[in-house]
Amino acid sequence: MTTDTHSKTIFGFWVFLMSDCLLFASFFATYFVLHQGTVTLFSLPFAFTQSVVFLISSFAAGFFGDKHKTLALLGFMFVLGALFLSMMGYEFAQLVQAGTSWQTSGAWSAFFTLLSMVGLHAAVGLLWIVVLMLQICFRGITPSTSRRLACLKLFWQFLNIVWVFIFSFVYLLGAQYG
Amino acid sequence: MFGRLNLEAFHQDVIEQGADLMMVLGAIFIVALLTYCKRWTWLWKEWLTSLDPKRIGVMYIVVSMVMLVKGFIDALMLRAQQMISVGDSHGYLTSSHFQQIFTAHGTTMIFFVAMGLLFGLLNFLIPLQIGARDVAFPFVNAVSFWLFAVGAMLVLISLAIGKFSATGWVSYPPLSELQYSPGVGVDYWLWSVQVSGVGSLISGINFFVTILKMRAPGMTLMKMPMLTWTTLATAVLIIFAFQVLTATLTMLSFDRLIGTHFFTSDFGGNPMMYINLIWAWGHPEVYILVLPAFGIFSEVVPVFSQKRLFGYASMVWATVAITLLSFGVWLHHFFTMGAGPNANSFFGIMTMLIAVPTGVKIFNWLFTMLQGRVIFKTPMIWFLGFIFAFTTGGMTGVLMSIPSVDFQMHNSLFLIAHFHSTIIGGVVFGFFAGLTYWFPKIFGFTLHERLGKWAAWCWILGFFIAFFPLYVLGMMGATRRLDHYETAAGWQPLFVVAAFGALLIAIGVGFQVLQLIISIKQRKENRDATGDPWNGRTLEWSTSSPPPEYNFAHIPEVKERDAFWAMKQAHQTHNTGKYEDIHVPKNSPLGFFVGIFAFCLSFGTIWYMWWLAAVGMIGIIVCVTIRLCDDDVERVMSAHEVQHIETARTRA
Amino acid sequence: MDKQSTYSHWIGLFFSLALIIGAYIVVIRQWLSGYILIAAIIALALGQALVQLFCFMHLHQEHKPRWNLMTFLFMGLVLLMIVIGSLWIMENINYHMSPS
Repeated sequence: MTTDTHSKTIFGFWVFLMSDCLLFASFFATYFVLHQGTVTLFSLPFAFTQSVVFLISSFAAGFFGDKHKTLALLGFMFVLGALFLSMMGYEFAQLVQAGTSWQTSGAWSAFFTLLSMVGLHAAVGLLWIVVLMLQICFRGITPSTSRRLACLKLFWQFLNIVWVFIFSFVYLLGAQYG
Repeated sequence: MFGRLNLEAFHQDVIEQGADLMMVLGAIFIVALLTYCKRWTWLWKEWLTSLDPKRIGVMYIVVSMVMLVKGFIDALMLRAQQMISVGDSHGYLTSSHFQQIFTAHGTTMIFFVAMGLLFGLLNFLIPLQIGARDVAFPFVNAVSFWLFAVGAMLVLISLAIGKFSATGWVSYPPLSELQYSPGVGVDYWLWSVQVSGVGSLISGINFFVTILKMRAPGMTLMKMPMLTWTTLATAVLIIFAFQVLTATLTMLSFDRLIGTHFFTSDFGGNPMMYINLIWAWGHPEVYILVLPAFGIFSEVVPVFSQKRLFGYASMVWATVAITLLSFGVWLHHFFTMGAGPNANSFFGIMTMLIAVPTGVKIFNWLFTMLQGRVIFKTPMIWFLGFIFAFTTGGMTGVLMSIPSVDFQMHNSLFLIAHFHSTIIGGVVFGFFAGLTYWFPKIFGFTLHERLGKWAAWCWILGFFIAFFPLYVLGMMGATRRLDHYETAAGWQPLFVVAAFGALLIAIGVGFQVLQLIISIKQRKENRDATGDPWNGRTLEWSTSSPPPEYNFAHIPEVKERDAFWAMKQAHQTHNTGKYEDIHVPKNSPLGFFVGIFAFCLSFGTIWYMWWLAAVGMIGIIVCVTIRLCDDDVERVMSAHEVQHIETARTRA
Repeated sequence: MDKQSTYSHWIGLFFSLALIIGAYIVVIRQWLSGYILIAAIIALALGQALVQLFCFMHLHQEHKPRWNLMTFLFMGLVLLMIVIGSLWIMENINYHMSPS
């Protein structure tokens, strides 16, 4: 029964992640369509740092093991994830202060929304990490918690791949063609 | 505190007041009945908190039937208006009300009737057909249902509080933007479709995993029943298309709520991007509707022709081809909206291609009947109606796939007739065939046969009389969604004929209601004692009617296609091995509560009652978190209990 | 957690960093421009995605039947159809509907 549940749940979650790719694809496509030669105000080094922060967080998720190691890693992932999210928030605040918000134009609407979707997923991930840390603290590594850890790992790593595309298409190409 | 909700929102015109009265009386009647029969606990324990897909399936069908009545009344109102609103007369509906009605009609029928009826049947049948005890994720399944119910509730509530959208069932911007539709209507539409859409998405994932991972031992993919194959294909379509819908609706919501400019006509917005994306979802959606209906016919036709399905392998490949191709045709919904001849031609050709696998399926059903010993019971009557109605629809679709023809036909009544032919002919007739066929399995007794036949004939004849005039009207230049036209056009006689057809359908519905009442009264005489009233071919017929909660006491070993038929031929239908403990999901109230909170989130956002929306959002997160911390989600039915149930069945 | 998996993760980190640093430098130093730049960025992004799919998410280590891989490939196909299709359509409409 347990191996069944494990395999079904992980597969079901993988399928959900595959569907989520289409969600991001729709926002990406809209971004590409609306983003016609608008001036960009990004700081590339800032976005690069953000990307590396998330990459390391994603890398850490690969090392779950016994209870203490896992808790430490989850804590580490949370800190980096929170840092990533704060950096995104900081960038938004800077842009709004400079006078550009999601209300400025279609292109900016697409930019803010695409990034916010990643941010929203990251926020859910952070909540997930906290709940899972509590579960592992009180119950240890059980079949249930290890199943949930496996799903969290997939989720976090998937989100990092999405971010890679955002960094590449929104920031790198945007900076060049802004 | 109340956002933009005020007393003004409760002011409705006479017709809506009538609808509100009917809803209130209906609710009072149900509450009174439950109280009188002391069935509140029963309702809560057996239905509202159940995670059994057989129960959830029935609830889907009940909600969908209620929505069918609403959507059908909408249709009758539209027919009536178009019949009399000529020349000096402007009918009995204002333009604004007429627009709300055709919007509500489309939204209701597609999202809350077609999808609900089919999901309902599939919930019941798929685990049974693959020899499983449940779906892969029972709790997620319950949440899907409650999100669906919340979407339906929002549509109904809009009849009493505020107004529904008046921008058509796909809500094109810029009309659906805040500037041109400042009221709550479009917001009601957005939330009801978004919420039920999330339900559909997770249901799709559920069926996909169930079919791939939970088939009985020996049931390879090429031994699955065709209904299971088409459900698998439908699940694939749902998984990828519905996220596009979620994204698109989110963007439109943002435009209306936080001032973004995705689809506005100014500040760099692009309304055509909405149209592009919504149809990138919209086309797979119509295949999501029709593929399960094809699956139903693939079950019904062999059984009532007493011959196995012709061309199983080609049916499977046709289904796979349809699944893939349906992601590549969507521009045909907006040929006239600015793309050049190269883009139009490409999508036109792709559209023609997709007709080929569909044609293969039709021929396979006909060849199944050929040299079979056909039994013309009600399900087969529905199938005959399907052959004529759906094929007409399909052919007119191929006609319009030629862009230059479509330039004449787009948004005319010809188009309306085309899609009603395919949806009514395909989805509705398919569902009714399936409901009649599987009714004894679900409820334990067969439906009254003669009334069933009369209902079917009224529907079929009514359908042709209602919609063939529309094909002609379309050719004569009649546009869709017209609430008034000039006498000189010469259209009125045809509209009168169409209205008569709608009335004939209403009589058919009347026969169906009568059939249900009489069948319930006569249920003891018509009890299905064997579990196999039609001499079926697939595994669901090996269980009792209705099946026990766990479906199968012993998971069957499958050796061939048409597994139950093979078991019957080998005289191996009864497994008298040792009984074992069976794990079944425990009931959970959290699905219901997720629904309540989803309603709070939707209603709150629609009416700008931000505190209510926040309560809803937090509530959903809390419920989901509670569930994801719960490790004690199953209960055990002891081997002794199982044995008791099984021997009671054999004794009966 | 076995040695192979650890090894695979470190390799993944190394290549991901290399690819992202590479992409970053190409843009900051403006070594490429035009369509070649776009192609390069796309290739580097896809490279990173593949590295992470194999080294972090072990997509290639799935046992038969490879449902995860098949779902991924089908998703990729649909994604390309919808994204490229949408970009083509919108470009087409933009071209034909712009005042000349």
